[in-house]
Amino acid sequence: MNALRQGLLTSSAIGILWAIIIAVTVAVAMSFSTGLSFLPSMFGALILGLVFGLIALFVKNRVLVYVVIIVLGTLSLFTPISPIRVSEDVSLVQQVICGLIFAASMALPLHNMMQEVTTPSALTRHAFEDAVIRFLTGFGYVFFTAIVLIPFYVMVMTSLKSQQALMQNPLDFSIDFSRGWDLFRSYIELFEQFNFGSYLWTSFYVSVLTVIITLIFSVPGAYAVARLNFKGRAAFSRGILLIYMVPMIVLALPIYIGYSMVGLRNTITGLILIYPVTTIPVALYMLQGYFRGLPAEVEEAGLMDGLTRLQVIMKITLPLSLPAMVSVSLYVFMIAWNEFLLAFMLLDDPSKFTLTRGVTMLNSSEIPRQHLMAGAVIATVPIMALFLGLERFMTKGLTAGSVKG
Amino acid sequence: MTVATPPKTRGALARREARLAWGLLLPTITIVSLVIILPLIAIFWISVKPVGLADLRPVAPIVKENLRNSGDQFRIEYRIRNSSQDKAMQGMKFTDIIPEGITLNEIPEKCALNGQQFSCDFGDVDGGFSERLKIPVTIIADKTTSKAAIRATSIAASGSGESILTNDEFTLDNFRAVFDSSEFMAVLWATIFYTVVGTIGALLVGLFAAMLLNKSFKGQGILRGLYLFPYVSPIIAVAFTWVALFDPFSGSVNALLIQMGNITTPINFFGERPLALIMVTIFEIWRYFPLSFLFILARMQSIDTDMYEAADMDGASPFQKFWYLSVPQLLGILSVLFLLRFIWTFNKFDDIFLLTGGNAGTRTLTVNVYEQAFAVSNIGAGSAVAVVIFATLLLFSFVFLRYISQEEGL
Repeated sequence: MNALRQGLLTSSAIGILWAIIIAVTVAVAMSFSTGLSFLPSMFGALILGLVFGLIALFVKNRVLVYVVIIVLGTLSLFTPISPIRVSEDVSLVQQVICGLIFAASMALPLHNMMQEVTTPSALTRHAFEDAVIRFLTGFGYVFFTAIVLIPFYVMVMTSLKSQQALMQNPLDFSIDFSRGWDLFRSYIELFEQFNFGSYLWTSFYVSVLTVIITLIFSVPGAYAVARLNFKGRAAFSRGILLIYMVPMIVLALPIYIGYSMVGLRNTITGLILIYPVTTIPVALYMLQGYFRGLPAEVEEAGLMDGLTRLQVIMKITLPLSLPAMVSVSLYVFMIAWNEFLLAFMLLDDPSKFTLTRGVTMLNSSEIPRQHLMAGAVIATVPIMALFLGLERFMTKGLTAGSVKG
Repeated sequence: MTVATPPKTRGALARREARLAWGLLLPTITIVSLVIILPLIAIFWISVKPVGLADLRPVAPIVKENLRNSGDQFRIEYRIRNSSQDKAMQGMKFTDIIPEGITLNEIPEKCALNGQQFSCDFGDVDGGFSERLKIPVTIIADKTTSKAAIRATSIAASGSGESILTNDEFTLDNFRAVFDSSEFMAVLWATIFYTVVGTIGALLVGLFAAMLLNKSFKGQGILRGLYLFPYVSPIIAVAFTWVALFDPFSGSVNALLIQMGNITTPINFFGERPLALIMVTIFEIWRYFPLSFLFILARMQSIDTDMYEAADMDGASPFQKFWYLSVPQLLGILSVLFLLRFIWTFNKFDDIFLLTGGNAGTRTLTVNVYEQAFAVSNIGAGSAVAVVIFATLLLFSFVFLRYISQEEGL
């Protein structure tokens, strides 16, 4: 390890690796946003990475590093050692933008990574590991952002394209603004011809009813488990966890059979009967954890003052646990909204579909791809809006609600 | 003088509290046992029954009537059959109203006419029973009107067959079919690979993501929200997006790889062995890393920073700090997460079903339940697979509960 811990070696290795990562990322990003051909070139990335790594090692003036690397990096795109080769039809402006993005994504992070690497000779262990960690951190940000954003970007952009454009160039996700409102044609068709307005409404009220029923059942149960002493409390607590782990597919089969026999299949009532049961154990588990965390003294004071237990729950515990209720409600809403298996198995009649079932219907070779993606966007947007608006509660709900997936 | 001893029996207050507790729990227990325990019993029952999808429809008599003629000779034709080809039916009979203006010239055996009410009783019939009754009639009105009049009267038919679900016929064929088939080893392998690699992968990726965000900087909240997207969005949306993205004909990934010169012919990512299994596992990691990320981050933020300061004073390097300080602190949450995620990945159905439909070597046990029950229409075999899943799960839960009682936390 000691032999590797040389300033020269470290800076050039990191420079090269970072250049390759950035070249690939920028090429993919440019291809996706323009539909034209941008190719990362390993040879160019190698040479530029080496040079920039060494510049970042020797030049410690922040402004100077930025200026030198950005100028050199942008210009390099017009030389044979360009890290990103472009095809003929790429305009000069696009090429310059591409070069600027590449150079800037090289300059800032590289300078940052080399902060502790100050000498070309042997480095301390601390300086070396610091540089490696900074490099890994940079890589992590690029990597995670890319893997999360690309599918969602593709989903939204595909829904705005026409079938013809999609087949012609699957890489072209640029938006043709001249189409105006026609851009949203897939969405309009989904609402007008495929009844998506009604699916949206069905999904919404099914989810809301699920939340309400779940809370009605789980609040008293959770309170009993958290606060009251009775025989079998531990067993009950474990029982909840166990039930929480029974896979839906195991239950779905007998439920399908039972529903077929009593005629509840293909009804929304059937869904509303079954959804809360899948969420009650989770909700109970989350809520009892929260109730335990509340100070028992407040409730005891209430009891001393002559409230009954039920009044204590209504007047003291519930108002105190409002944030937890919001978290639980959000989490349950999310489960119900995203639920696929039961809706898929139990509903056959297109007039009664929930949104997830409706989108599944679009997955056929006769229906164009952009309709499917538009359906996916319609299913995703409400839950995302809720999530982004109430992220604080949601994260809390997820962590408390543990690990159901 | 008496010695004060603590009461040995439960007092009235304790009893009242317990009563209240059970009262509060009763609705939950009732509904949960109704919808979870009952189906579980049902699935054990069905798994030892020779039931196909078609057997779910109860045995029923089917009766159709029509007015036919050859020249001036009119006749009513009744066609009666047993809906099931192989199951007997008891007490098969039907009644029909003969409309005004039509006279039956002949009453067949087994049938009787009472005023306008015409009824036939066939008694017990075999599976596949089918009979045609031709009754010569005289009609007053013309053919079309009479035909309409006959059609307008509805036939009430009855007859009951024993359902395969409730009789006392048992078999182990379902289990034999599941274990014997050459596919079983493939299914088991897919399940183990998917579960183990998916769980560990999601855990490691989540750990990496948590380390990235375990510092405060501008935009940390935004990134944290962003990294949760895959988990929060509906499974159908992300699964279909992945399928579209990796499509061999119009998928962007193939187009990109071809344009960059890495491949010459498109790859069918979700349709080739063993690539499909690897792809669904990667999807699993992608979708569920946010969950491990969230838990690990929460734990990381509660680690005391004093420890790190002390380590800094002692000259520990960043990797040493991670290995000797962070990892031991995180071991608890990591193992609980591993156990829980292991069980949940094992249970996962939607993801693989939507991505590949269980084709190309991606059929796990859960997908096999669906395949057997609905694709092959053998409900019994599907239930047998479900029983196998449930048994495995009990084993996991046993390990899990033993562990979680030590670990607490979650």
